Amino acid sequence: MPQVSLTVNGRRETIEVEARTLLVELLREKLGLTGTHVGCDTSQCGACVVHLDGQSVKSCSILALQAEGTRVTTVEGLAAADGTLHPMQDMFREFHALQCGFCTPGMVMTAIDLVQSHPEGLTEAQIRHGLEGNLCRCTGYHNIVKAIAAGWHLMHGKPVAQAAE
Amino acid sequence: MYDFSYTKPICLADAVLALNGLDAKALAGGQSFIPVLKQRLNRPSLVVDLAGLGLSGITVSDDAVTIGATTTHAAVAANSDVQKAFPALACLAAGIGDLQVRHRGTIGGSLANNDPAADYPAVALATAATLHTTTRTLTADEFFQGMFTTALEPDEIITAVSFPIPHQAAYVKFRNPASRYAMVGVFVARGEPGVRVAVTGAGQNGVFRHAAMEQALSRSWSPAALEGIATPAEGLNSDIHGSADYRAHLVGVMAKRAVGLAES
Repeated sequence: MPQVSLTVNGRRETIEVEARTLLVELLREKLGLTGTHVGCDTSQCGACVVHLDGQSVKSCSILALQAEGTRVTTVEGLAAADGTLHPMQDMFREFHALQCGFCTPGMVMTAIDLVQSHPEGLTEAQIRHGLEGNLCRCTGYHNIVKAIAAGWHLMHGKPVAQAAE
Repeated sequence: MYDFSYTKPICLADAVLALNGLDAKALAGGQSFIPVLKQRLNRPSLVVDLAGLGLSGITVSDDAVTIGATTTHAAVAANSDVQKAFPALACLAAGIGDLQVRHRGTIGGSLANNDPAADYPAVALATAATLHTTTRTLTADEFFQGMFTTALEPDEIITAVSFPIPHQAAYVKFRNPASRYAMVGVFVARGEPGVRVAVTGAGQNGVFRHAAMEQALSRSWSPAALEGIATPAEGLNSDIHGSADYRAHLVGVMAKRAVGLAES
């Protein structure tokens, strides 16, 4: 069986996979990282979003073998070792940006990508456009957008502009 | 999906050799192909990953933008030279799929797949682009041969695409809200090849040129020139997202918006 070597959440892993094994299957079933979710069959919902070499990608639409030699970060890789939440996770909590939580790991990973790729600023329109690959059935998106706007400020060392209510 | 063998060649000759095998298929970004495999619509015995071939890159000259086949949509959209020289192309790339799809999907994969609702076929046809492959060069007019069908041989790989830079151009699409595919997308361009109008998303045979609109816009390049130019519903797609008549109407609306955008 083929083997794939990659770094996941800072840890080097070498795993036996089938050629048809998806990256999301490797993460969930081989590595037990079940924070990344499978929400659809059609590559639309984004519950499976992780970071691959710093970019948000849909892990359900990548073969594990395509991730050879890459650095993957999942939602489990965000919080500090002592449990302190990543600022984006904290803002999702603060702004009530989740209800059932199923879309949330993908939302948070996309959110972090948006913030990191917009050092100059992130408008509401850019956030909403950037979330087109992440579907949520619970929240109506407004609190997610607010959380991401606040997350941008925190991650760039600025005070949060608007209180959560 | 069904299992298969996987190989990632590091030179084009090996890739062509691998594709010569029975039931071998090329994998670029995988954003169309992996969903196809998951739905069992295709059952290759060998998947040939093109990512190791060094086919990624963008060059902008005075009159053309040349893009390597495995260049991602995100890379095209973010390229400042393309944004300056051919902004409609950068905008088109920025509107494909979603952020994650754009981080993986490639121009070569999009063109070789020729999905009838894909965006790149529209700009290729509207600018009379040239497709460079492992064996020859093809014009856009001869490349697109029908839904999911191109002039490519089974072992032929697109290496790069050259887009002549038009004087004025724009792309407007009406997207399906979930998949973000074009229900109708119209690319209008005025340049060295004259006026061309390419329509994607609407036709049963994939991207097509709209002769009546091209003639009208050649006489007068303005949204008003498209008043009363009908698009026959025959040959257009009818599906759960919209009827052929609805798409025919949308073609007119998107075309007028595109010309308006191109003028500004």
